[in-house]
Amino acid sequence: MADLRSEFVGIRSPNPFWLASAPPTDKKINVERAFRAGWGGVVWKTLGLDPHCVNVNGPRYGVVYGADRRVLGLNNIELITDRPLDVNLREIKEVKRDWPDRAMVVSLMVPCDEASWKTILPMVEETGADGVELNFGCPHGMSERGMGSAVGQVPEYIEMVARWCKQSTRMPVIVKLTPNVTDIRQPARAALKGGADAVSLINTVNSITSVNLDDFSPEPSIDGKGSHGGYCGPAVKPIALNMVAEIARDAELAGLPISGIGGVTTWRDAAEFMALGAGNVQVCTAAMTYGFKVVQEMISGLETWMDAKSHARLADIVGRAVPNVTDWKHLNLNYVTKARIDQDACIKCGRCFAACEDTSHQAIWMKPGRVFEVNDAECVACNLCVDVCPVADCITMERLPAGAVDPRTGRTVSDDHADWTTHPNNPSRVAAE
Amino acid sequence: MTAPLLTPGIAAGRLPSEAITRNFADAHPRLGAHEAVVAADRCYFCHDAPCVTACPTAIDIPLFIRQIQTGLPEAAARTILSQNILGGMCARVCPTETLCEGACVREAAEGQPVEIGRLQRYATDALMAAGPQPFARAPQTGRRVAVVGAGPAGLACAHRLATHGHDVTIFEARPKPGGLNEYGIAAYKTPGGFAQAEVDWLLAIGGITVETGRALGAGLTLDELREGFDAVFLGVGLGAVNALGAEGEGLPGVRDAVEFIAELRQSDDLSALPVGRRVVVIGGGMTAVDAAAQSRLLGAEDVTIVYRRGRERMSASLWEQEQALARGVTIRCNARPLRVVGEGAARGVEFAYTEEGPDGLRDAGETFTLPADQVFKAIGQCFAPGAGMSLEMAGGKIAVDAVGRTSVAGVWAGGDCAAGGDDLTVTAVAQGRDAAESIHGALAG
Repeated sequence: MADLRSEFVGIRSPNPFWLASAPPTDKKINVERAFRAGWGGVVWKTLGLDPHCVNVNGPRYGVVYGADRRVLGLNNIELITDRPLDVNLREIKEVKRDWPDRAMVVSLMVPCDEASWKTILPMVEETGADGVELNFGCPHGMSERGMGSAVGQVPEYIEMVARWCKQSTRMPVIVKLTPNVTDIRQPARAALKGGADAVSLINTVNSITSVNLDDFSPEPSIDGKGSHGGYCGPAVKPIALNMVAEIARDAELAGLPISGIGGVTTWRDAAEFMALGAGNVQVCTAAMTYGFKVVQEMISGLETWMDAKSHARLADIVGRAVPNVTDWKHLNLNYVTKARIDQDACIKCGRCFAACEDTSHQAIWMKPGRVFEVNDAECVACNLCVDVCPVADCITMERLPAGAVDPRTGRTVSDDHADWTTHPNNPSRVAAE
Repeated sequence: MTAPLLTPGIAAGRLPSEAITRNFADAHPRLGAHEAVVAADRCYFCHDAPCVTACPTAIDIPLFIRQIQTGLPEAAARTILSQNILGGMCARVCPTETLCEGACVREAAEGQPVEIGRLQRYATDALMAAGPQPFARAPQTGRRVAVVGAGPAGLACAHRLATHGHDVTIFEARPKPGGLNEYGIAAYKTPGGFAQAEVDWLLAIGGITVETGRALGAGLTLDELREGFDAVFLGVGLGAVNALGAEGEGLPGVRDAVEFIAELRQSDDLSALPVGRRVVVIGGGMTAVDAAAQSRLLGAEDVTIVYRRGRERMSASLWEQEQALARGVTIRCNARPLRVVGEGAARGVEFAYTEEGPDGLRDAGETFTLPADQVFKAIGQCFAPGAGMSLEMAGGKIAVDAVGRTSVAGVWAGGDCAAGGDDLTVTAVAQGRDAAESIHGALAG
């Protein structure tokens, strides 16, 4: 049986599944329920200095649905904890005492001055918590007050605050990054420079989920007005995976531990984050949609997959996909594939045809009897037919073997690697030997 | 005193009226808003969708389902009704299992098609509940068209002609318009007076006058209509019922199933409607199923459909057969009636077993007798040409071309009386609609 025990910046947990700093980790009652369900750790919902925050008294969440009202994305306009600091600290201490094997990290957000950070850090340290996460990501509300993503968008501030914190505490310091920047490596480099032990990402994405078409108010609507919120859930996973990979494959950031966040919903999502370099993952929307029990599927799924692939421990999977993330210019142009439609699996919906004929390369024939076939002479292997087909594995991409002639180009497929860097159409190509 | 259920012969009140009310309630109630969205989400929005091809009226089904998905059932209804003005009734009575839903790709994928019929009802009910029909008349043309028969074909034709601005007079033999929607079809498929409500809703477009009690041949001739109107559409249906040709057919207790169904549909108090304790229905179509199932629902103890060929040859779909079986009807196949037995009234039917041979159906050499107080004949209907009709016929029905033109200039026909159809409401609607377009073209030309 694969060993799921995790150690992240020295913090041990029985599995790599932590609950992210968010409503599910705001109170002892929630966190204890989570631990009973099997979560490996939590990042306690962000604490601030008293007087504590207040929240709106109308709706805090907006949603984007897929078919059958499946939640694809949530956004929220909730702020950091709206409970007094001492209540949170007392509960953190109690929970850590009662659940010593679980990771207890505390998220923090205080004004951007050294005194504030030096005030709160000892108070957290006193609870026995395992570490702190600096919330430089929250994009709404707090950022208007010069905190959250207002700090996270300025690398110099990140470095400065990280340094203050490292100077003032024994605890590991994780910097949580906002995705609302153009180059995620810059804030990550600043965190490293400031001495941070790790980064966690992504925080939520600036968003408006929908507009009420009766009163023209953005949702969630507060008395007819709306404010942008932070978007999360399955919809943001691709953005998060890319940002995690950007950091994981950056030479300057080599070795910086990453806690992966952003739409982790199943064991598979978690494994993907870890393959791209995350040492563990943090989850929120999946728990908020389905309850804490989802962690049981994540644990058993990860174990089952690792056993099937003979991965004994998490270290065997972390970062395994990183060397395969490359720049476009290095992609092999001699890798030639063609779509293949399995006629036995085909249910004849014709979506592949509509997609290809209307929007792509006119490479699928619709023959009498609704038989759909690929015209190799036109197929550029774009994969759109595979993506829109409702039946898994009905359409697949098959590689043309070396020596075969691609009927589209008339060229013989070579098994040599050839990419843009040497392509004749590239004005700045590297001259061939 | 015998329990009402066991009363011998043909008697009313076999079941308490509450049970009758329950039995004849909406068999497949409309989807709720949540159910509709869940059902709509299953549609794949196929290219050149097979369900549309399978619909005789070619309703753009993926489009209307997407309109339901996006929260606009009334827009969905307009998509439906612009192709099929009787989309509300068709949603209730279409054999969707052999049409749109039979063609649904999810039937191929999972054996569970998108519930197109129920979604169609959800949309059309929403629009009809919201108010008047959404179609407006073009400016009046001053042209006048006679439509004979206020069934699905005639109503669809009249409505389409009215939208084009023509004035229409419908001549209907029965006391009420609606045709088989009103006088045929099992009551539990269209409860709550839906057939008349739909007719009223349809006629509200204006420009259509309905004259009931007017049949061709009874003070009305085709020549007069051709004389008095710019065009004539015949949608008279099938006026006659095939005879059994079996001894004892004239005994009391032996009856045409269509007549029984019509009486049932017109009854205000089903507990007062007599039915046999033991009922035999002869035939294999929808009429047989509707007569048999409703006999059971009225309290008949023992109801058997007897069909002369194998199950697979029955024209009632498998789903329809299952509806009958679920209501406790027995289906016996491969038997043909020899004689109705009884002294002064039917007491049973003697059948010969049959088998399919190389030269067709033949007797297998054995017989059996089923006890029966009541015998329904449901072996098909045929066209009964009215007096003075000299139209070319094909296979016993009026010969028509693809748009419903008959052999006589200025006369169109559609629905069950026209050759080439399949005796479905939805086909009749398509033919009436297409004939209207052809008439409109001819009048404009």
